[in-house]
Amino acid sequence: MHPAFSVIFLTTLIGAAQGLFLALFSTQVYSEFELLPGIGDTNYYGIGAAISLILLIGGLVSSFFHLGHPERAWRSATCWRTSWLSREVIALPTMMLAVFVYGLIHLFGLDSIAFTHGEITLSTSLFVGIFGVVTTFALFICTAMIYACIKFLQEWASPLTVINYFLFGTASGFTLATALASYLGLQEHTLFLGGWAIVLTILVFITRTASLYRNSRIKHKSTVQSAIGIRHNKIQQKAQGAMGGSFNTREYFHGKTAMFLKSVKFIFMILVFPVPVLLLSASLNNGNTEVLIAAFVIQYIGLLAERWFFFAQANHPQNIYYQTV
Amino acid sequence: MTQLALIIDLNVCVGCSACVTSCKEWNTSGPAGFMSDENPYQKDPTGTFFNRVQTYEVGEFPKTETVHFPKSCLHCEEPPCVPVCPTGASYKRKLDGIVLVDYDKCIGCKYCSWACPYGAREIDEHQKVMKKCTLCVDRIYDENLPEAERKPACVLACPTNARLFGDVHDADSEVSEMIRDQGGYQLMPEWGTQPSNHYLPRRKNKITIHKDELVRVDNPLNKEQKEHHKPVDGSVLDDNSFI
Repeated sequence: MHPAFSVIFLTTLIGAAQGLFLALFSTQVYSEFELLPGIGDTNYYGIGAAISLILLIGGLVSSFFHLGHPERAWRSATCWRTSWLSREVIALPTMMLAVFVYGLIHLFGLDSIAFTHGEITLSTSLFVGIFGVVTTFALFICTAMIYACIKFLQEWASPLTVINYFLFGTASGFTLATALASYLGLQEHTLFLGGWAIVLTILVFITRTASLYRNSRIKHKSTVQSAIGIRHNKIQQKAQGAMGGSFNTREYFHGKTAMFLKSVKFIFMILVFPVPVLLLSASLNNGNTEVLIAAFVIQYIGLLAERWFFFAQANHPQNIYYQTV
Repeated sequence: MTQLALIIDLNVCVGCSACVTSCKEWNTSGPAGFMSDENPYQKDPTGTFFNRVQTYEVGEFPKTETVHFPKSCLHCEEPPCVPVCPTGASYKRKLDGIVLVDYDKCIGCKYCSWACPYGAREIDEHQKVMKKCTLCVDRIYDENLPEAERKPACVLACPTNARLFGDVHDADSEVSEMIRDQGGYQLMPEWGTQPSNHYLPRRKNKITIHKDELVRVDNPLNKEQKEHHKPVDGSVLDDNSFI
């Protein structure tokens, strides 16, 4: 497939935003149950939610560049019964609303006690957070299923696609949350979040390697024989039905050399996994915020390359009809 | 239920592209707006087409065969492009099974083109909406046209009658009979899309003649051991006859 930058930015930005929100919520749950100290005077949740919301808006804006008719985008919420894309269109603003309310409560100190039972007290923002988490998970599933549900794009049609989208998003979001906690001087939170960021990055290294391994050995079901229905081992295409190319020759081919593809894979395998893990583990204890921010930025750039590769690697069966591209 | 479809006979298609040009001619002048082109008369011309003819060479020289292969939307019975559409712009008509795009609802997200294994959908680069074969839906029901002309433009244009149009759900229709009798098949059956358009395979008209068939075994003259005509060596009376 031809990687579209609008979609690359959409998926990576909202992935990081979703991961960041999950990190905020995890921190809050741990704090409420006194497994972590409170955040003191810092506005960690509020600022975190604001960053998450900005990333979500960035993703949404970038997605509009993918559309031929952005002014009709509202229509895309109508077919949620059948279309994962439509479900994503509903899940994304819902999550934005949840993050907005969550951030608002924390930024302006509107939190109140919603529930008490004996020694347990639960705040309102926690319940808003739970709603946010549900929408975050829904959004992860919708985004990934857009790709995983196309069964003949065999590189994508796998549960690994959903797992990877979830883990890439959470890994980058937790790395960002680590940098934020460190910036605000929350030492214990930095350790907690950074630890999870490392664990998630290692997990997604395993699952992405698994999907790369799967894709390198994939057996495509469609052949030129089944595509044109002629049973002969030697079939050569002589004409494609267009002189100067067509939508079919532009949309479904990345147009780069195998070497370029290999280099992109190498780049993201370095930038997404080992570099952030090294930077995180080196700076968690000494509170070196710049290095932690660098860890996020490097991982995010790596994720852009990863997403580019994700699209470029998918081999659409229609390409069989355009063999001489 | 009706399912209109095209039957394409690869045995007689000569790859003249008359179907391509007539399709473009009819549909670019239709009520749905033109089908835009980029550099139509310059280098690297490209544009929107509903139908294209490709050419394949099957076999190895000298035993090769050229197959011309027209490709357009197959109007699948289980169209994978329809459920993925987020706006409902892509739909399959219950009335006659034609898969259509509502150009006023399409947002141009291209997702349906990803979900079509045949690459039958093309985005119009100027109108920014997804386009595809409509089976000339604006023509086949037009009562202003004589009945014989209420067929897709490509079918009417084909000089070798390689394209047939009809209802593949009606067992007695001409197209259903052709599919049954001539071994009509579907493209990429492995994805369960059940394309309505069928292709008829190349057919060889071969006859095997054995040696003994060249001599009439039951010739009655043979039975009587009678030699019917044997030229005589040397001269005969007629050679010297004056008459």
